[in-house]
Amino acid sequence: MTCENCCIELIGIEKSFGAQKVLRGVNLPIRRGFTTVIVGESGQGKSVLLKHILGLIAPDAGQVIVEGRDVTRLRRSELKELRTRFGVLFQGAALFDSLTVFDNIALPLRERTRMPAAEVREKVRATLELLDLSGSEDKYPAQLSGGMKKRVGLARALQLDPEILLFDEPTTGLDPVRSHEVYQMFHETQKKLGYTSIIVSHDIPKIFNLADYIALLHEGVIQICATPEELQRCEKPLVRAFVERVMGRMYSSEIEDLALAAGI
Amino acid sequence: MAKKRFNVELVVGIFMVIGMLGVAYLAINLGGIDLFGRDYTRIYAQFDSVSGLKEGARVEIAGVLVGKVEKISLDEDDMAKVELAIFPEVKLQTDVIASIKTQGIIGDKFIKISPGGDDEYLKDGDQITETESAIDLEDLISKYVFGDV
Amino acid sequence: MVEWLENLGAKALGILMEIGRAGVFLFWSVVGIFRPPFKIMPIIKQIHVIGATSFTVIFFTGAFVGMVLGLQGNYTLRMFGAEGALGSAVALSLVRELGPVLTGLMVTGRVGSSICAEVGIMRISEQIDALECMAIDPYRYLISPKVVASIISLPLLTAIFNIVGLMGGFLVGVRLLGGSEGAYLSTMKSSVMAADIRMCFIKSICFAILIVWICADRGYWVHKSRNGFGAEGVSRATTHAVVISSVAILVADYVITSLLLA
Repeated sequence: MTCENCCIELIGIEKSFGAQKVLRGVNLPIRRGFTTVIVGESGQGKSVLLKHILGLIAPDAGQVIVEGRDVTRLRRSELKELRTRFGVLFQGAALFDSLTVFDNIALPLRERTRMPAAEVREKVRATLELLDLSGSEDKYPAQLSGGMKKRVGLARALQLDPEILLFDEPTTGLDPVRSHEVYQMFHETQKKLGYTSIIVSHDIPKIFNLADYIALLHEGVIQICATPEELQRCEKPLVRAFVERVMGRMYSSEIEDLALAAGI
Repeated sequence: MAKKRFNVELVVGIFMVIGMLGVAYLAINLGGIDLFGRDYTRIYAQFDSVSGLKEGARVEIAGVLVGKVEKISLDEDDMAKVELAIFPEVKLQTDVIASIKTQGIIGDKFIKISPGGDDEYLKDGDQITETESAIDLEDLISKYVFGDV
Repeated sequence: MVEWLENLGAKALGILMEIGRAGVFLFWSVVGIFRPPFKIMPIIKQIHVIGATSFTVIFFTGAFVGMVLGLQGNYTLRMFGAEGALGSAVALSLVRELGPVLTGLMVTGRVGSSICAEVGIMRISEQIDALECMAIDPYRYLISPKVVASIISLPLLTAIFNIVGLMGGFLVGVRLLGGSEGAYLSTMKSSVMAADIRMCFIKSICFAILIVWICADRGYWVHKSRNGFGAEGVSRATTHAVVISSVAILVADYVITSLLLA
């Protein structure tokens, strides 16, 4: 173990799909209790990276160390046990469309624990309230807006009190107001519940406000993993180019905000 | 929600009951499977040939059904050994004759039991000593044609 | 030439892998039946989907198949002067062959396609991944209740098909064409043996497993098949699933018949 306060560490992950080599030796430490954002252009294998952490995909080479254990070498039952510590919010929220909102959120409790029905109802109701979803228990996912789906997905992910939360593109397909809402929700729940989170996103630069660490995935390798401040000071040409491209936009949006605030 | 679930259960319940009744009818009435293990008296009979006789065939006395053929096997002397399951209320004398007959010319084979005159009756597991084998129609015709008869 | 051989080899390997995946799929689905937590509600729901809602279609196919058998049987048997054997002809063909096979085919068309589409859509919308991430065994949660429900439903549907068919045959052969009522009923009873009934139910249980296995498997691995993406992938998988399981039913029917009649 190279990193003491890491709960997850990726070491030299390689993966190809057919002739296409997506990951070429990814090294990435995830620190406990912090938010790490993985950024990069689409098609660089960010979601694939997440699936490696969950053990949904096996790497061609390399190790995925979660809580000191190599995910790639675990047996089915051990993997299952490990997964109970994760909460995942999928790109499309992946709600079960034949179940109501309530049943969706209650599913992990009903299937994974022996909690009595009354307690389940209580806990689900509490989460619904926390995420401002009260009143939509009996709706089906198809009747919800994109932002609400994400919130239901997060509510479901939070049910088993995970230590680590993974978010795959949490704001894709949402308008700016909604995505702001989602970020707010992350921020608040993390402050309340204190989980480690990993966010895959290309909603830069907005996501920077949320991040403790930013990892840049480019051409199958993590180019840098640093705090937002360090990132801006980095001298590596590739990183510089990225920062300039992204931050440039950030400055301009700040100017716009200022302009708006000044009422011009 | 609660009402809907009730409906599903009710529909499934009705479906299962109808289906079970169907299975029961097929098994008991058509297939003749003894669910309640009806007590039969088991009587054995030896024949030279049982050609054409099937398990489950009727056993009759004077045209009345009194049992069925349970099992057909080969015994040590290369004779056909037939196990008959006879209704328990029917009593067979020790000197009855069991013969294999055909319903019509090409109909199913069945076993006809001709009553005897003895005072003693056959018990479970006993054997009928006098038997008549199936009449081989081809044999009969060839004998007639070639003038053996 | 070398390229052609390489393609052939790759294709063969692909098919072998598909078969292997299907085997693994069946294994875990069956194991899932015996894994806690045991829940009765999902099974009842599936019996409703697979069995109860198929009742009408089975009733009508059964009735008309029986009626056609009565018509054809009467016509054919009359040529041999054996109209009396109509009951036996209808009963044996229904119980041994037509009942289980046609029920299997009807259920494949009605339910197999919907099973495949349901599982396939859950796969492409990441719902199956979500289950795995919640450490819920997707086989146990999704597939095993369908297997159990199908094993319960198909024999029941087959029994209903047979009985409705026998009534249909009776209606046409006896009431409409004026055959002998007693002959129909007595030959019907005397010709069907316990072994025939047993064959009927062995077949329907095998078909039940085949239908769920093939259809759910096609849906479950839709993302691994060629061009298996999106709605089109699912629709292709569904067509495949119905075709394959229909053929599989007919092949299995021959195999079981030849094994049990021997």
